Amino acid sequence: MSETKFEPKIIAFLCNWCTYAGADLAGTGRKQYQANVRIIKLPCTGGIDPLFLIKAFERGADGILVSGCHPGDCHYNSGNYHARRRWNVFRPLLEFCGINPDRIQFSWISAAEGGKWVETINSIVDTVRALGPFEGYHKLNTIGPEISGEAAAPSETG
Amino acid sequence: MIEELRKKAEELLKNGTVKVVFGYGEGSTPERTRPVFITKPEDVNKLTWNKYCVYNLTTYLKRQETRKLGKPALILKGCDARTIIVLLKECQIKREDVYIIGVTCDGVGDPLATKCEACDVHTPLIYDDLVGEKRENKEVPFEERYAELDEYEKLGEKEKWEFWQKQFEKCIKCYACSNICPLCFCDRCIVEKNQPQWIDPSAHPRGNLSWNVTRAYHLAGRCINCEECQRVCPVDIPLNLLNKKLAKEAEKSFNYRPGYNIDDELAMSTYKEDDDQDFFK
Repeated sequence: MSETKFEPKIIAFLCNWCTYAGADLAGTGRKQYQANVRIIKLPCTGGIDPLFLIKAFERGADGILVSGCHPGDCHYNSGNYHARRRWNVFRPLLEFCGINPDRIQFSWISAAEGGKWVETINSIVDTVRALGPFEGYHKLNTIGPEISGEAAAPSETG
Repeated sequence: MIEELRKKAEELLKNGTVKVVFGYGEGSTPERTRPVFITKPEDVNKLTWNKYCVYNLTTYLKRQETRKLGKPALILKGCDARTIIVLLKECQIKREDVYIIGVTCDGVGDPLATKCEACDVHTPLIYDDLVGEKRENKEVPFEERYAELDEYEKLGEKEKWEFWQKQFEKCIKCYACSNICPLCFCDRCIVEKNQPQWIDPSAHPRGNLSWNVTRAYHLAGRCINCEECQRVCPVDIPLNLLNKKLAKEAEKSFNYRPGYNIDDELAMSTYKEDDDQDFFK
């Protein structure tokens, strides 16, 4: 059996009104793009809590895309502006903690930009594929630090 | 200065302006102080003031136990008084519900606390009464204020990751950092919500990362750098580095510094149409 190639898992958080429709347009236009993306549809980018991104990494994502309406086009008038503020501080925080900023990408894709959706997905998949699996995060264990030395040794009295 | 403080406290309690005075009292050793809550005018001699008064007493504004005591007067340094401005702005207190006894301060802690190194609020920006000689608040340049971050920002991606993993690994999820924080005032914290369980409650590296990043993020554009989280951390995680990084980003991107001007819009509850979006595709 040939060695299996690493296929990154990309989670895309999309706004219902623009990017989701844009992705839909790419589909109806029969445009081909890499199938590594899992889409989560939300009403607005303004409703995306940074915890969603942390959770996605925890559950095995290698890369994340957050995408919504272009500035000024928000269905709720200002949701994407608020989101932009949030990512402006959240992104450097993750970078400061040692997470490669290329793993979290942001874009504005309107309902008419099926082509841009295809390009964006292809580019993020290629970038993350080059970075490799996000092992640092996925390997973080969930049982606490290992106990070493005397503390781990069985007691003599048993 | 101590005498002046005591006199002021006595006067306020006697004429009924306030029901309680939050201040610093002598601790178990000369190098320590502890918070005291004076409700009777005859107890004012318990109040003290020295360079070991590092705590930020505004944290007691969020506690049920201390809220029950009635309208408080707080003894606040310049940095602590900034918390009041943020709390007012976030509608957590009303101005008339607190009485602020501002104290001028040349820095606390021995050796000098990190937060005091680039202090630009020796005289509080908000107070009802000022005790001590008024000092000039000199502006400190941006680079100097965030100089502490330089050595960490220089590290490579992998080194950063390893550094923080080593720190977060120590976390025992005692939540002392959020308990002490005067600005962590949610009745129900995100870690207490379990449907869905956003943050794993047990202390393992994966859950610790989510907790520490989220705690810091919730203070983005709000933290006034009192360093209390870092001081109380039983396992010495340099939590304030994360807070400071966020403060730096908020200042760089939105030109906003919390707790300086009551008329400023809160950084994270507003937006500008020309906010930076270079990282958007």
